[in-house]
Amino acid sequence: MSETIAAIATGQDPGGIGVIRISGNNAVEIGDKVFKSVSGKKLASLSGYHAMYGRVEGKNDFSDEAVALVFISPHSYTGEDVVELSCHGGRYSTEMTLKACIDAGARPAQAGEFTKRAFENGKMSLTQAESVMNIVSSNGKQSAMAAMAAREGKLSKNIAEICNMLKDIDATLAAWSDFPEDDTPVVTEDELIKSLEKAEEKLTEVVEAGKYGCLIQEGIRTVICGRPNVGKSTLMNLLSGKEKSIVTDIPGTTRDTVDESVNVDGCVLLLSDTAGIRETNDKVETIGVERAKKAIETAQLILALFDSSEELQKEDIELIDMIAGRPSIAIINKSDKNKKIDDKYILNKIKHTVYISAREELGIEELKKSILSVTQLENLDAASGIIINERQLYCAKIALENIGKAIDDTKYGMTFDAINVSIDNALEKLFELTGERVSEEIVNEIFSKFCIGK
Amino acid sequence: MNYKAEEYDVAVIGAGHAGIEAALASARLGCKTVIFTINMDSVGNLPCNPAIGGTAKGHLVFEIDALGGEMGKAADVSTIQSRMLNRGKGPAVHSMRVQVDRKMYSEYMKHTLEKQENLLLRQAEIVAIERTNNGWTLTTRLGAQHDVSCVIIATGTYLGGRVFVGDVNYESGPDGMFAATQLSQSMKELGLKLRRFKTGTPARVLKSSIDFSGLDEQCGDEDPIPFSSATENEIENKVKCYISWTNDNTKKVIKDNLHRSPLYGGMIEGVGPRYCPSIEDKIVRFPDKPRHQCFIEPCGINTDEMYLQGISSSLPEDVQISLYRTMDGMENVKIMRSAYAIEYDCIDPTEMYPSLEFKEFEGLFGAGQFNGSSGYEEAAAQGLVAGINAARKVKKLEPIIFSRSNSYIGTLIDDLVTKGVMDPYRMMTSRSEYRLVLRQDNAQERLSEIGYEIGLLSKESYEIFKRNIALKYEEIERAKKTTISPSEKLNEILVSRETTPVETGVRLADLLKRPQINYKSLEEVDITRPDIPQQILEQAEVEIKYEGYIKRQMDQINELKRLERKIIPKDIDYDDVKGLRLEATEKLKKFRPINVGQASRISGVSPADVSVLMIYLKAKFHC
Repeated sequence: MSETIAAIATGQDPGGIGVIRISGNNAVEIGDKVFKSVSGKKLASLSGYHAMYGRVEGKNDFSDEAVALVFISPHSYTGEDVVELSCHGGRYSTEMTLKACIDAGARPAQAGEFTKRAFENGKMSLTQAESVMNIVSSNGKQSAMAAMAAREGKLSKNIAEICNMLKDIDATLAAWSDFPEDDTPVVTEDELIKSLEKAEEKLTEVVEAGKYGCLIQEGIRTVICGRPNVGKSTLMNLLSGKEKSIVTDIPGTTRDTVDESVNVDGCVLLLSDTAGIRETNDKVETIGVERAKKAIETAQLILALFDSSEELQKEDIELIDMIAGRPSIAIINKSDKNKKIDDKYILNKIKHTVYISAREELGIEELKKSILSVTQLENLDAASGIIINERQLYCAKIALENIGKAIDDTKYGMTFDAINVSIDNALEKLFELTGERVSEEIVNEIFSKFCIGK
Repeated sequence: MNYKAEEYDVAVIGAGHAGIEAALASARLGCKTVIFTINMDSVGNLPCNPAIGGTAKGHLVFEIDALGGEMGKAADVSTIQSRMLNRGKGPAVHSMRVQVDRKMYSEYMKHTLEKQENLLLRQAEIVAIERTNNGWTLTTRLGAQHDVSCVIIATGTYLGGRVFVGDVNYESGPDGMFAATQLSQSMKELGLKLRRFKTGTPARVLKSSIDFSGLDEQCGDEDPIPFSSATENEIENKVKCYISWTNDNTKKVIKDNLHRSPLYGGMIEGVGPRYCPSIEDKIVRFPDKPRHQCFIEPCGINTDEMYLQGISSSLPEDVQISLYRTMDGMENVKIMRSAYAIEYDCIDPTEMYPSLEFKEFEGLFGAGQFNGSSGYEEAAAQGLVAGINAARKVKKLEPIIFSRSNSYIGTLIDDLVTKGVMDPYRMMTSRSEYRLVLRQDNAQERLSEIGYEIGLLSKESYEIFKRNIALKYEEIERAKKTTISPSEKLNEILVSRETTPVETGVRLADLLKRPQINYKSLEEVDITRPDIPQQILEQAEVEIKYEGYIKRQMDQINELKRLERKIIPKDIDYDDVKGLRLEATEKLKKFRPINVGQASRISGVSPADVSVLMIYLKAKFHC
């Protein structure tokens, strides 16, 4: 039995196709959870070396076309059952597909883990072995450096604080059961729940901030939105410096969201250009509009465009209401033309407003400044001690789950020995995050805290 | 003048709890065995508390029994009060502890050794241990020289023993026995690196000098169960224990006399156990605690000696008298044996393999306090393992390695040999990461197969174990299939136990999953229940109730087993493993782990190092 692991197998550079590899006993099962074939057939019905066409689906209505390849043990790269999902390249699709796999039960693979498994299962020769060992060990050094950085930073202080809370609970429970005849303090359910909830609250903060932290590294999901033909695609092209969106004068040209990652003075934005929001009878365009609304709902940063040369319209007001209070910037475009817009209305509702002319490339520097200021206002400063990678976030999330389970089970009336196991598991994950070990800590804590012994 | 004496396969030095299990295991596995004791009247002595079991220690006793060891049987024979500790705290921490009659316990053990085929119990002090071409030579003080293949050292506090009471100190073993002094020197010459640990014990006092009228009583359980499945006699509670407390006066006496303690005077160099501090230690370390508890326990049936659990001390005798007399009910107490601290020689257990054989000295094994542990049960567990593996060595069989995932025995030994110890090691439930799986109630299921396969457990016992295990799983199956239909009676039971009533039929197993519900409470509505022993029902209930947790722990265990199956060849050259960090290389060279699982637990070996190591093993040794 081996745990099923998943990772993006293609490089981080945007390419046409991204591959997510799942390996382990439950690879096919997990593949079937995230991949729906066009034919309706299950991956489990395939023999090895077969492929199917369909879609991968994840949370927040994420969906993308994909091809799934099935390899049956031992005929695969790792020698285990393997499913490879080939979806569109670029970070957004691949990350979301990986997330879907993790939500379906896979664990994120560690550096070199596929290769390690390939070795363990006798899929590689001695020479191959030696070259891969070098890679694995250098990865190890990198992760050690990352762990070191985490240990000394603010993140580790936050985590250490939570660990201390949990160790305190754990040591109290352990002393209470290991030294029943010494008068160690009696633990009540209410106290236990109270302490656990404190830890839960604190860790939730770290995880929530961590979601932003991951975004810093992986990019901030940003949508450009507004009525048709206010200049969204032009702005997109301007920011990305590429002709990705099709720019025409006909309203409704962009019918689907387009992904692009751009670097704004060190801040990575994952840009989605959306279809213009308006009521329409065009069936295809309606789907685009719906999708744009969804994209706005899940975005971390919203760039809302308005046309300076026209008065505010019903769709503009709707959009303003939709984004008020969210991390957003109102961009009043076509400032080179005669101003007809009631910009006071916008300024009242949206804190950050900039004037630009996308076509004349005016106001772009102000826009970039504004983007940085919004993202920093949202505590997106990379040095602020928040979780910065998926592995750390995964550890923190599992720890949080275990604390939640401990609270639920205490309320349910489970005995404390079982509760204790959940707390241990939470601690173990947090120590894994910062690179420490668990059991000795508890024992040391017991001795320093309680007067026990015959 | 030395003389050539009888040769043996296995010789055990010391007949305490470690030595006894070691000698019995070795003899029972067919090796010609001798066990040396410095004094024939101290075999299986309980020089500290007159009790067997306790938290995590109870687990060890059940495990020893499941493997065919003797401790549980001896405890059952001599039990005078039995209690299951932690009853309300969950099955993982249920721990049985019994007060025993010291003399009865010791006599049972001595007689068992005497009756054992292949085994000679011999009074003699071993003064020299030397290597020969194909084994070892042991020399007694009277000049007998025994050639043996394997030696198990189980010297306890006798080795280099020194007793401290105030400013008085002298060479001594426990309970006024001789210490073994020359053997330490011989071990040093051999190249063993010895260190000093210490432990202590409270005074024994005269029962009639205590006024019990104001003290709380502590009685045994109503329906005590035995440790050993072989025990047929009923376990009976024959005595009561009592609880007294220290107070401000006790504190004052101690504080006024601290300067007279050998501990604070710097005379004792040995490191004492953290969990077992002396009363003066407790008062210094926890000055805010107003009072400390003391259990007054009888040392046996035919004696009026009482043990004062919790109040060990190495203060001078006159201070001891004053401090005990400050305590409730002890105003006129008369000491029969004074409290003392004892220092002894032991080794660094990281010099051993998990088989308890020394890495540097083939055929030499250690067990018990000599290995840096503390406690009768911890000693017995190691003795059993050392005895098994010495016998297997003689028979040229692979050693039996117990895993953290199958037993507290495995956890104990792994902690000793992989993490090492800074102070005498005591077993605790919190030391096991798999404690919901490693329970007292399933010790047989976890270990009896090993016991049977190696030949310690008889076929009859094994068959009985197997039958009980099968009964348990049949009952779990039944509980999962049986539907209890809704009825007034059922809902009455549920409501009276503060859990929600049901409207439709509900599976028995789902009812049992509720914390408030147990088998007993459903007696009236569970009409198809088979007639099986209450203990088996309780075991089934634990498996059902904690199913989710047990499954999670089993997943972790399977992950560990994967690593433990990857054996590291003894002749591996870590310098040849490219990609290991320098610290990891050095640690691996020093610890010489037997498998990747053990390697991954060595501090200083990172997960990345483990990956590198696994890849190397795969590439080079195809394992």
